[in-house]
Amino acid sequence: MPDVHALVNDFLIKLKRRKIEGSKATAKVTAEVLRSFISQQRLPNTNQAGALIDAVKAVGEQLIAANPVELAVGNVVRRVLHIIREEDLSLTAAAIGGLSLSAGSDDEDDVGHDEHPALSAAAVAAAARSTLRPPSLQTLLEDVPHTAAVPHTSSSGGDSEGKSKSADKNSSTKRLKHNVIEAVNELIQDIVTCHEQIAEQAVEHIHQNEVILTLGSSRTVVEFLCAAKEKKRSFRVFVAEGAPRYQGHTLAKELVTRGLQTTVITDSAVFAMISRVNMVIVGAHAVMANGGVIAPVGLNMVALAAQRHAVPFVVLAGIHKLCPLYPHNPEVLLNELRSPSELLDFGEFSDCLDFGSGSGSPILHVVNPAFDYVPPNLVSLFITDTGGHNPSYMYRLIADYYSANDLVLQRRSAS
Amino acid sequence: METRRVPRAVSDPKVRQVGFFAPGAPPDRSQSGPPHPASSSPPVSEISPSGNSLSPVMIPPPRHLSADLARGPHFSPAAPLSPMRAARDSIPVGSYNPSEFVAPTASEFTDDALSPNWTARRSNSGKFASSLPAGGFDMSSLKQNNFPASSLTTVSIVNMPPGITEKDGGAGVEVQKERSKTGSKASLKPLKEQTTKAERRAIQEAQRAAKAATKGDGSKTPAASSGLGSSANANPGKAAKASPQKKDNSPVAASEKRGSDRPQDKDRKKDVPHPRMQFDDKSRVEKAKKRSVVKQTEAKNRVELFRHLPQYEHGTRLPELESKLFQLDPVHPAVYKVGLRYLAGDISGGNARCIAMLQAFQESIKDYSTPPEKALIRDLTSKINSYVSFLIECRPLSISMGNAIRFLKSKIAKLSLALSESEAKAILLSDIDRFINEKIILADKVIVRHAVTKIRDGDVLLTYGSSSAVELLLIHAHELGKNFRVVVVDSRPKLEGKLLLRRLVGKGISCTYTHINAVSYIMHEVTRVFLGASSVLSNGTVYSRVGTACVAMVAHQFRVPVLICCEAYKFHERVQLDSICSNELGDPDMIAKVPGRKEIDSLDDWANSDNLQLLNLIYDATPSDYVSMIITDYGMIPPTSVPVIVREYRREHLWT
Repeated sequence: MPDVHALVNDFLIKLKRRKIEGSKATAKVTAEVLRSFISQQRLPNTNQAGALIDAVKAVGEQLIAANPVELAVGNVVRRVLHIIREEDLSLTAAAIGGLSLSAGSDDEDDVGHDEHPALSAAAVAAAARSTLRPPSLQTLLEDVPHTAAVPHTSSSGGDSEGKSKSADKNSSTKRLKHNVIEAVNELIQDIVTCHEQIAEQAVEHIHQNEVILTLGSSRTVVEFLCAAKEKKRSFRVFVAEGAPRYQGHTLAKELVTRGLQTTVITDSAVFAMISRVNMVIVGAHAVMANGGVIAPVGLNMVALAAQRHAVPFVVLAGIHKLCPLYPHNPEVLLNELRSPSELLDFGEFSDCLDFGSGSGSPILHVVNPAFDYVPPNLVSLFITDTGGHNPSYMYRLIADYYSANDLVLQRRSAS
Repeated sequence: METRRVPRAVSDPKVRQVGFFAPGAPPDRSQSGPPHPASSSPPVSEISPSGNSLSPVMIPPPRHLSADLARGPHFSPAAPLSPMRAARDSIPVGSYNPSEFVAPTASEFTDDALSPNWTARRSNSGKFASSLPAGGFDMSSLKQNNFPASSLTTVSIVNMPPGITEKDGGAGVEVQKERSKTGSKASLKPLKEQTTKAERRAIQEAQRAAKAATKGDGSKTPAASSGLGSSANANPGKAAKASPQKKDNSPVAASEKRGSDRPQDKDRKKDVPHPRMQFDDKSRVEKAKKRSVVKQTEAKNRVELFRHLPQYEHGTRLPELESKLFQLDPVHPAVYKVGLRYLAGDISGGNARCIAMLQAFQESIKDYSTPPEKALIRDLTSKINSYVSFLIECRPLSISMGNAIRFLKSKIAKLSLALSESEAKAILLSDIDRFINEKIILADKVIVRHAVTKIRDGDVLLTYGSSSAVELLLIHAHELGKNFRVVVVDSRPKLEGKLLLRRLVGKGISCTYTHINAVSYIMHEVTRVFLGASSVLSNGTVYSRVGTACVAMVAHQFRVPVLICCEAYKFHERVQLDSICSNELGDPDMIAKVPGRKEIDSLDDWANSDNLQLLNLIYDATPSDYVSMIITDYGMIPPTSVPVIVREYRREHLWT
């Protein structure tokens, strides 16, 4: 137990200090931390799943608060919660077996309500609307009477019902944990290999003699381009250098060592060059539920230029980057301002800069945001490890990977 | 050609207004109208203090009918464009290419320079120039300081009967009085302009007939038209009779026309800008190399898309040029110095480069002496040509420099053979001075005056890179006590914005500094975008520092008005749709190295890998739909009106 706490705290500190960069690395570490946390967690006899979810949520909240801009943390926490619910559901389904489907669905609804006594009305409605399984036409039709009955059962004797069933579940104490850890392992595997699955689709999108523009440094993009190269496609890549971090330089170097024809351009030359570009392929920091993209700074400009010249703007994103939240004012609220030293040397203008000395209003501000928000209408296509999707389809993918009950994690702050 | 010309001559509106103008403007303008240099009118208050009297766009009349009439009948209204002016246009247009500038234009000079009736036109041109500073500016005081009126009218005094010049001056004064009247008359003018097609046809027929009739005596002595011109000059009374109606088929006018027709046709074709030199054309590049003074090694790892633009190894040129200092015989030291500074990047920015070049030319003209058995006009032109090709080797010319060179060459070409060398040099020197003062320095002041009306208290102004006009504007607005904030957007590799930031902060203007990537982050709070331009092309495209298009695009997206500050001498009749066909390539090493960031070194050995290219574009083209307004010394115009400015002022003012 103590070593788990140490692990979590260590990770928290790393997140707070922004030591871990890249949503993929963060997602992987988050999943690993949660895995060890779950494996160390001692579960009560009753309502195992509920207890586990509670515990994971508590840790998850801490992690999210450590770096609210790194949405991948929240995504993984939600994914793990979703896994727990799924495993619990399948176990109860197997255990109860002969019981009617209605009982099962009641039970799972109970779990939700037990965990969220103070859940907002919207969340309750969402929970009532969507069951854990993605709604198909069949389940929608079957569920109609049950969902109508849900409020009554939960309000009347939800608690007692849950307790009566917990006796059945005792036999499967070990199995739940085991299954959950197995599933989390799978999730980690998915995160690690997502760029391979994305790269597999490269041949379908990149053709001979294409000119591709990219900005920012993304492992996924490199793999994607190289996968096309390995399939004997010859094409040319323009890399915008991505000031002030100049990740484009490293990206270009990597592409060159892989044998791709690469041209480095300044960020300002993007508009000049975009008319000769066939496709913009970029990575993302996070993908929001509305299909908008939180991306490295400068991509909004690129997307606008691409739209002007009708150049497809393709975003490569592993599914762990898919965030089930709808953004509000993402340019500001989901952004991060980095050190001005990347733009101006220390010492340069230091007489004019405000270092918190409070001597009146400073005459010079330096703005160095880390991210840009690309609205969904500027994105042509998302390529994820599950295939290509329209921006308008993103909300639907969310239902596949997240439980509606977990969308709002900051329970305490809400109440 | 004829059909187009005739109605124009008929209408000839005194005051043309373009764009939006205050109703109260016309009378105001008539007072601050262009004073004739000879008429020594007292300098009117420098600028009308009330902001609203400063009408956004005022295009003063290119010439006044009455003045024309007084001056002589060979200013036939039927041919408002003199052959001379058309010939002038044949000088290559803002071109970058050594080939064009080196190409001898002597054949044209002989045609035109010897054409005898140009002297009178010169006096006329002086008048044009004097009527230049519209916009409520009175420049008579300045002009009298810098360029004595005598220098402007030297030619006319030398070559014309004295009676004429007096008459001329009188006419000028008259014109001033008349202007207030014509302001009200201006509304009538368009009616006149609307001659029907049939009418125009009839006029043309009549002219043709007259031409045929006078062919006999007119064709006797084409050179004898000098006598013809002077006789016309000596006979101003006749001119007064020549009504603006085209029915006037006086033999003089007709013969003049006949003489002018041929060169005009030829020049019309030449009017189209020369195709620029394409550096992927092997044979032409070889030829150019033979001529070149500076040995240049082609850069390695060139970007395929930009084969048509020159790109050389940067480091190799400077030491070699320096070593050649004493061998480069034909290049004047002043020009040499400027060339080196271009190469080293000491001088940048359209205005600074243009002024430096013109001043170097001034130096070289001062030290110039015509070699024996050579004509000043031809020899000096070839000298300037060689200087220009030297400068091009140092750095490709900007469009504004091309325009300035064109101006200077046309000035040289129009020098009278009768002038002594020192007189000719004095004229040229003062002409260059006048160009620098009127077209660049005063133009900037007028732009600032116009643009400052667009800054309100509490505004957040965004600017990109470092534009001299915008800098003047911001400082002026700050001095006026306006309360605003400036966002300086910068981009690699030059980081010129830092220098601007330093100067603005030094003046106490509150600033925000960011890189171009963050422009969509910062654009939320911006209320106006002020940008400079290297050139404005006649399809409204703004050709400017690379990145301007991005900033304008994002501003357009955020519905923030984009105002371009650009002096009218930078306008050009070329059209361009993208930034690739014509551009300038900078030193690729600048991209690999990030000053002050030692840890970024992944591209240090970029030249060794064949697959990697670095592209350092200098300019880009901003589509006109991103531009809300262009602020020039002639006022504030929409981008669609650029061709109007180009047409009117290239013909009437810029090259006179």
